[in-house]
Amino acid sequence: MPNRSLLLKILSAVILFGAWEIAGRVPVSFAFPTFLESMAALVRMTADGTIFTAYAETLKPLIVGVAISTVLGIAIGLWVGLSQFFDWLFSPIFIVMQAAPLAALIPLLVLAYGIGLTSKVLVVCIMAMPVIVLNTSSAVRNTPESMKEMGRAFLASDTAIVLKIIIPAASPVIFAGLRLGISAGFIGAILSELKITPTGVGDIITYSRSIADYPSMYAAIFSIILLAVLFLNLLEKIEVVLFKGNQRGYVSD
Amino acid sequence: MVMSQTKAAFGQAEPADYESAVSARNISKNYGAVEALRDLSLEFPRGQLTSLLGPSGCGKTTLLKIIAGLLQPSAGEVEVNGHTVTGPGPDRAFVFQDFALLPWATVMRNVAFGLEMRGVAKSEREGIAAKYIAEVGLSGFEHSYPHELSGGMRQRVGLARALSVDAQVLLMDEPFSAVDEQTRRKFQEDLLALVQHENKTFIFVTHSIEEAVYVSDQIAILLPRPSRVSEIIRPSSFRSKGVDNIRRDPEYLDIVDQIWASLRSYVE
Repeated sequence: MPNRSLLLKILSAVILFGAWEIAGRVPVSFAFPTFLESMAALVRMTADGTIFTAYAETLKPLIVGVAISTVLGIAIGLWVGLSQFFDWLFSPIFIVMQAAPLAALIPLLVLAYGIGLTSKVLVVCIMAMPVIVLNTSSAVRNTPESMKEMGRAFLASDTAIVLKIIIPAASPVIFAGLRLGISAGFIGAILSELKITPTGVGDIITYSRSIADYPSMYAAIFSIILLAVLFLNLLEKIEVVLFKGNQRGYVSD
Repeated sequence: MVMSQTKAAFGQAEPADYESAVSARNISKNYGAVEALRDLSLEFPRGQLTSLLGPSGCGKTTLLKIIAGLLQPSAGEVEVNGHTVTGPGPDRAFVFQDFALLPWATVMRNVAFGLEMRGVAKSEREGIAAKYIAEVGLSGFEHSYPHELSGGMRQRVGLARALSVDAQVLLMDEPFSAVDEQTRRKFQEDLLALVQHENKTFIFVTHSIEEAVYVSDQIAILLPRPSRVSEIIRPSSFRSKGVDNIRRDPEYLDIVDQIWASLRSYVE
């Protein structure tokens, strides 16, 4: 029933935005604008093109970082999952990366790579990659032994076992990792603009706050969340197209 | 005819009226310090069904996987049609206890998987797969997914996959243990028909005494820790009497009792 699920989505949006509007009207804080004020600011920024120029800047490190994290993250994850040696070699790096207080490390990155695109891409990667690598490797490692054995018994080559058994079997968890990683990448992109140099959406947030234009600040934050949600939905569509069987449950169910 | 055999008498006691399709010679298998199989030798007659029966932990699945080439023996060798086994080969197909179906693939793709791995073109392999899907009684389910099928139907998919690659030796690892009792009886009857009509050698692992006696031409009883063949039983008289009469045949009942008597002391 797609209509019912759509209805529920709209309902939850209405409740959330309603609560925001009320909280803004109370107001809970002088610095917290209402929903409608924020939307008005968003419309204004869209109309005068500010938001588009901002995203042209913000999307650069975001897209490059997410693309690198996805390709490299899945590749390294497969590797780590398939080989004990690479597990030993790489896993600790990504576990440390995931636990590291990134904001505190940014000055080091700036010191090493300057204030340009490289540092920002790195911040996105450090946010996005560990969860992609760790999810991929544990999914690969947890491929049911009997499925791999079946592959060997029916004369599948090692490559065929990876491509036709391990990757499809791991794909639901790999995609779960991608969803988490890409969300973290969005956070990383904004964080880098707040902490390294104020450009793009980060600039709108910093500047609006400094002149107490809170509706614009929240509009910018809202727009990045909206973009992330849309992107994650797109990712879900890609998963459905690539791995049709994933929504069909498991034999052991 | 029931024969008790010691290892020394093994050679002479073997009746010479059949040809072996598979020979296991002096197989030992150690997992670290644990000895799973010790110096085990066994002949599997061509065109017949041999079951490996024994208490749990007696290494019967280990032996089956060594024959399949999925495990390497620590010592000894397996010969299939005169060729020494070094790994999985086209002359053997495997039916798994837990079915081992690909959950994201349709029945058609699952059955055709073995042919796909052998590089058979899509239209040709789907033609062959369709034939075996029909043979195991799953016509109409070609485009269903495994989770939409019952346990019994899933194992039929596993059986069709093993039949479709047309291997001479079919290795079955407790294939009916995960299906319900009624389905299992139907499977056992179908298996008897299969052994009769397909000119294949079946090696069948089971822990059910009744099942082993019901379906087998030859029963090898394995005793555990470390495993060796303690007895080979070849039921002779009731196979020709029809599937409905086997379970009340006196020889069938005697053999079941006798096997239980020899296994009883090994079951904790």
